[in-house]
Amino acid sequence: MTAPSPRLMVENLQIGGAGFLVVDRVSFTLGPGESLGIAGESGSGKSTLLLSLMGMMRQGLLHVGGSVRLDGRPMLGQSDAALEPVRGGKIALVPQNPATALNPSRRIGAQIDEALQLHSTLTRIDRAARVLDLLGRVRLPEPAIAARRFPHELSGGQVQRAAIAMALAGEPDMLLLDEPTTGLDVTTQAALLDLLVDLRHRDRVGMVCVSHDLGVLARLCDRIAVMYAGAMVEEGPLVPVLTHPGHPYTRALVASIPRIGAAGLPLPIDGNPPSLFHLPTGCRFAPRCALVQDACRTTRPDLELLDPDRKVACLRPMTIPAPVTRPSDAAFAIGAPILAVKDLSVGYAQQNMFGKTTPRQVVEAVSFTVQKGEVLGLVGESGSGKSTILRAIAGLAHPGSGSMSLTRDGETRVLAASSTERSLAQLRSIQLIFQNPDASLNPRHRVLDLLAQPLLLYGKVARSQLRAKAAGLLAEVRLGAATLDRMPAQLSGGERQRVAIARAFAAEPDLLLCDEITTALDVSVQAAVLELIRELARKHDVAAIFVSHDLAVVRAIADRIAVLRSGRIVEIGPAGDLCERPVDDYTQSLIASILRIPA
Amino acid sequence: MIAVLLERIGLALVTLLIIAVTVFFALELMPGDACTVHLGRGATDTMLAACRARMGLDQPPLWRFAAWAGDILHGDLGVSMQRERPIVDIVGWRLRNTLILAAVTATIGIPLALGLGVLAGLKPDGPLDMAISGIAIFAMTVPEFISGTLMILVFSVILGWAAGVVTIGYKAPALDLVRASMLPAATLVFILAAHILRMVRASVIEVMQSDFVQMARLKGVPQRRIIWHHVVPNALLPAISVIGLTMAWLLGGVVIVESVFNYPGLGRLAVDAVADQDLPLVQAIALLFGLIYVLTNLGADLLALALNPRLRTRRG
Repeated sequence: MTAPSPRLMVENLQIGGAGFLVVDRVSFTLGPGESLGIAGESGSGKSTLLLSLMGMMRQGLLHVGGSVRLDGRPMLGQSDAALEPVRGGKIALVPQNPATALNPSRRIGAQIDEALQLHSTLTRIDRAARVLDLLGRVRLPEPAIAARRFPHELSGGQVQRAAIAMALAGEPDMLLLDEPTTGLDVTTQAALLDLLVDLRHRDRVGMVCVSHDLGVLARLCDRIAVMYAGAMVEEGPLVPVLTHPGHPYTRALVASIPRIGAAGLPLPIDGNPPSLFHLPTGCRFAPRCALVQDACRTTRPDLELLDPDRKVACLRPMTIPAPVTRPSDAAFAIGAPILAVKDLSVGYAQQNMFGKTTPRQVVEAVSFTVQKGEVLGLVGESGSGKSTILRAIAGLAHPGSGSMSLTRDGETRVLAASSTERSLAQLRSIQLIFQNPDASLNPRHRVLDLLAQPLLLYGKVARSQLRAKAAGLLAEVRLGAATLDRMPAQLSGGERQRVAIARAFAAEPDLLLCDEITTALDVSVQAAVLELIRELARKHDVAAIFVSHDLAVVRAIADRIAVLRSGRIVEIGPAGDLCERPVDDYTQSLIASILRIPA
Repeated sequence: MIAVLLERIGLALVTLLIIAVTVFFALELMPGDACTVHLGRGATDTMLAACRARMGLDQPPLWRFAAWAGDILHGDLGVSMQRERPIVDIVGWRLRNTLILAAVTATIGIPLALGLGVLAGLKPDGPLDMAISGIAIFAMTVPEFISGTLMILVFSVILGWAAGVVTIGYKAPALDLVRASMLPAATLVFILAAHILRMVRASVIEVMQSDFVQMARLKGVPQRRIIWHHVVPNALLPAISVIGLTMAWLLGGVVIVESVFNYPGLGRLAVDAVADQDLPLVQAIALLFGLIYVLTNLGADLLALALNPRLRTRRG
């Protein structure tokens, strides 16, 4: 039996603009029923590559060299009109953000019907039946109702299903998936991936899937290509590549992912990816590589065969297992409680269409304590009330009932519901770090001004010492004093989040509230931020509540974990016990739906 | 949905009340009153007292406001001082004439503006956009009395296509007025279309760059269909409220344009009433303008609400 001839052929593809390449010399082939995962962090060029497979260039980018062929037919340099029968017919895209990729003013059914009109010969009546059939195939409950809905009337998971149905309408041979499950809850994600795997096996649809989440790729793909700074550094069968990486970047990327099955912190990658305008002359990963040699800085390695099935772009490739996690530090000794939350309930008034308000309970009778120096993880799916609890502790949400108390210097005081009724000392001792540093740092303030505010408000630092004190804070989060005069927009996402952390520590708090603080970050940066929070909390004897939807991340950093569902704590216990021997059914299903990376 | 509807209508009523109060008391603040104006310098105290008693001006202001507002609610706008006739009779015909002018302007101007705006927005900074946007910016910056005069010069004096000045009376048949309104309407279209098309252009450019237009292209949707099914419906939604605002804003332009062309509408009547110092008439016209303004905006809001699924239906 001969191998099927490849359907999609990419050869030496180069995409870029004046003086830079976003995609550089990328080659791969894909046959029917095959699936390739493209991994890489933000800015690695993976989404640009995916769009180019459909003959589409992102705004401001040009096709510089190489080719993309689908069934022998060139896809680049063609007019939109020439590609109309191919796009959506032979090759279809499932977009990254279906909420904005669907037309907001047309019904779901009409948008799927449009794809059928263009790519099938069905009559109007047959098309209507086919729309319902497609919506049923992606397992949307009640297809007839879903077809009549507008995109904004469906949940995130439902819109993503509708977008998949739309992509399938033209019966494509090749499906391109751009971060297909980003922003979905783990259980929704697991169901969606099952659906895609099923499609691949039943209909022999070829798939190219771009994702920063190696777990998603491991579930969906047979092969994986790892991209770094626009170039492919490794390509091969997924399991061996992830268990025995050949390229140091692959190894570092795998090691930076928190695992649900292992205790301890994941390993960060030092440094930042290079700017596409100032690429290193030699290997692009050389400045961050642990195994760098002199030759790496001058010679750029090509993607070469390591074994018959795997290519690596490294001067000294080797296949050794990736280190999984750093051994966890000494077991946490329980100290005195610092925060006690008792029977906390929070509800919001919801207005209905006649202006009547009905209370909606978000958090119901939640009790827990946090000890000095402890990190408590709060885990739950969207809408479980985890962020609301954090906001209540910070005094930003009004609890309906229950009490909170804070112990400082051996003295226990009631914590008022509203931050406006709290003493300055109480405000100082509880600091909040937000999910998105782009939104939580004032874009018109220098880093120095951002840090000066808590220093002046709580620390009574003299103006003459402000700069030195702020530089000291930055040093603790491993940023140089030069950052003081930068604006937030001049920093990377990881650097911005470090500034936000430095700002929280400027108040010298007793309790740190972290609200999904690594969600917007790449995995290697996430690992560094987790390490930082852990280290600073231990050093300053600060307790922290770490909220996340990602149980693996929480396990890496937390001493104890509380699992939330519909505003109630269903299980709370030491991190290792909870993850390895969950008692509650919901916790068990949550852990079961976490995507595992082969190790 | 119903709550939103009631809220908008309630707001419109409140706005109208505020306009009525403002119009009434603004004139109240002026030195003198309708009787001093009407009787002139030669008025004696007894004549003034008699006039004030007849007009009810000797009552306290709040009481008079209540009476005035009450009459209006019954459809009685009062009596004109100079013309000594019920204001309703004077204003009615002129209101019809102004609405004819507005209707002609809207019928020509709005489709023109939408079409040109979409054309300009599809290829921003292309030659067609440069021409359309250039003319629009010119139209927006030139005052109505100049563009109106230019219209007369070109179409009436040089080309001789239409009479420069409207000579028919205010009670002329509607069809004659439609014919007479061509040049004034063209002047108004010039400005109205400019404002709307700039907005539509910006909106089209934004929608063209949206994810869902890119997605449509990746679905293999032909360009023509992308424009008609995906770009235009979404780009025109935000234009509706701008159209409402521009139409209402046009009322100010009507005062000038009607005067330039001698068109027998509400705008020219307003100018005449101010010149004659006919205070009750000025009050009534100001209130009418306010009413039209509020109704136009209300209509635009409700239309936008009806056409935009995101506003019409809410999740949950």
